[in-house]
Amino acid sequence: MTAAVQSRFAESARDRLTALRRPSVVAVVVVAVAAAAWVLVFANGTPAGAAVDDPGKFLVTALDAVTFAGLLFVAASGFTLIFGLMRTVNMAHGSLFLLAAYVAIRVQEAMVGRSRNIDPADVGLLDWLVPLLAGAGVAAVLGLLIQQVFLQWNEGQEMRQTLVTLAITVVLADQMLREFGGLAQRVVWPGAVTHFFSIFGERYATTRLFMLAIAVLVGVLLWLWLTRTSVGMVIRAGVDDRQMVRGLGINIRRVFALTFLVGSFLAGVGGVLGASFAGAAPGTDGSWLLNALVVVIIGGLGSLKGAAAGSLLYGTVVAFSPAYLPSQYSYYAIIMTFGLLALVLAVRPYGLFGRPA
Amino acid sequence: MTPDALLEVRGLQSGYGVSQVLDGLSFSMGVESVAVVGRNGMGKTTLCDTLVGFVPPSGGEVRLAGRRLDGMAPETIALAGIAYVPQGRRLFPSLTVDEHLAMLARRARGRRWTPDAVYELFPRLAQRRHHGGADLSGGEQQMLAVGRALLLNAPLIVMDEPSEGLAPTIVDVLVEAVHHLVAEGVAVLVVEQNLRAAVRMADRQLVMVSGRIEAEFSGDELLDRPELQRRYLGVGTAAQVATATQQTEGEHA
Repeated sequence: MTAAVQSRFAESARDRLTALRRPSVVAVVVVAVAAAAWVLVFANGTPAGAAVDDPGKFLVTALDAVTFAGLLFVAASGFTLIFGLMRTVNMAHGSLFLLAAYVAIRVQEAMVGRSRNIDPADVGLLDWLVPLLAGAGVAAVLGLLIQQVFLQWNEGQEMRQTLVTLAITVVLADQMLREFGGLAQRVVWPGAVTHFFSIFGERYATTRLFMLAIAVLVGVLLWLWLTRTSVGMVIRAGVDDRQMVRGLGINIRRVFALTFLVGSFLAGVGGVLGASFAGAAPGTDGSWLLNALVVVIIGGLGSLKGAAAGSLLYGTVVAFSPAYLPSQYSYYAIIMTFGLLALVLAVRPYGLFGRPA
Repeated sequence: MTPDALLEVRGLQSGYGVSQVLDGLSFSMGVESVAVVGRNGMGKTTLCDTLVGFVPPSGGEVRLAGRRLDGMAPETIALAGIAYVPQGRRLFPSLTVDEHLAMLARRARGRRWTPDAVYELFPRLAQRRHHGGADLSGGEQQMLAVGRALLLNAPLIVMDEPSEGLAPTIVDVLVEAVHHLVAEGVAVLVVEQNLRAAVRMADRQLVMVSGRIEAEFSGDELLDRPELQRRYLGVGTAAQVATATQQTEGEHA
């Protein structure tokens, strides 16, 4: 009797759930079509104007979206890699990002021989690449150290690992403030890529395309590593079933260490790109941790494809909202991000490419 | 310890938290195929998981060729020579057939079992090498799980319910593979719920009851004695099981 009642209740609950699911898919389509129509035709009272009237502004906004997505992807890919395998939300990811930026700034200053107002013309390609590798290298080593010293003893204890890494961010943030000061600084792009070109009468910076190119390169290398090498296969297998990987005689701890090294290196690459693009200052660590989190929540934790898709979606919303919201509402552009999060999670609670943990 | 024993299990105790599942279990085996049969919930899977280190034992000993392995990490046990084909196969959904084998190929190089040798043993896998682990039929999944374990080139393979959910023709392939392996000098420990499959795969059958080995049979003996099946494996109604237990009291125990 009770069982029958329960099962009937469960059935009706399930029906209601499936009924809820379809409208949410419909809602997504409606929202996407409405947003596209708005941007293309109706957005006349906005800073950018309707796309049909001003295709240049539209193209620039689209380029902004894609290039910013590139930076987001680099920052989020290491984060998602570490989470996917280790089920560790590495809260120190933003700190590694910022530390790499500061290290790169110092190295670049030493290489160019000036500490302020560096002219891009004085910056050769190597004066940017070497700081990039130095910054990312430091981030990688520090990340590995964090994993070896603090995390490997707490294997499988996600809450502890999260709190430990959170504590590390606080310590690192203070130490970086002491060492590098509170002023915003930046890595200077190499002169060779610092140009402007024009599309539809709008000026556009080549450096943003350079940033996108690096992001694509990082993405391709990462993809090749994960799909074509045996280590990559082991990492993917470990995401699926960690215990079974150990049962095949594979030392998963060594794989964890390597993953943390690579993930932290990627955080560092992201940090140097970010510091070249928008500068580095206290607080950058927190905001980029948040960016990485938003990207992987949209894309699905632990999935590289998800990180790419999440970056594109998030980048698009970030670039388009201030340009295409009615001028008096531009201030609320940030809210659109949360709208995107809510929409994605309503349809796919584990993110676009995510699976239940 | 018998001189030719490959695997020696003595007084093994194991379980999850406060619930004890293995209760002083002992047996030994050489280079042969041995089946462990028993009713649901008697601890068969726990035995497998404990042997390969997925569940740490709380007491007793496991020795492989004289070397103590109880309490060691799963990767250490695997490399020491116990390969595992777990219940439900536990393939990696993100990997293709080829990748399942390729990720283990380096250590297997130059040994008896390489990816190519596995494809030779199971030609059907070769045809599906680029399919995802989750897109295979049940039989192909089982072949892949066995092939994956073979790449460890271990002297002992533990299989948990290999015939589960497989068509009879596929079970035939598995039975043949097990005999083939034993002929090549690989020992196989099979845990089976399916009595017929167990008898076909192994000459010796150990009956597990409440976390211990209660009886041992050889050949087809179990198949021909319905009263023993009722008593040890719970085949039939509760009343039949009770009668069978009375009838066979004193035998084998």
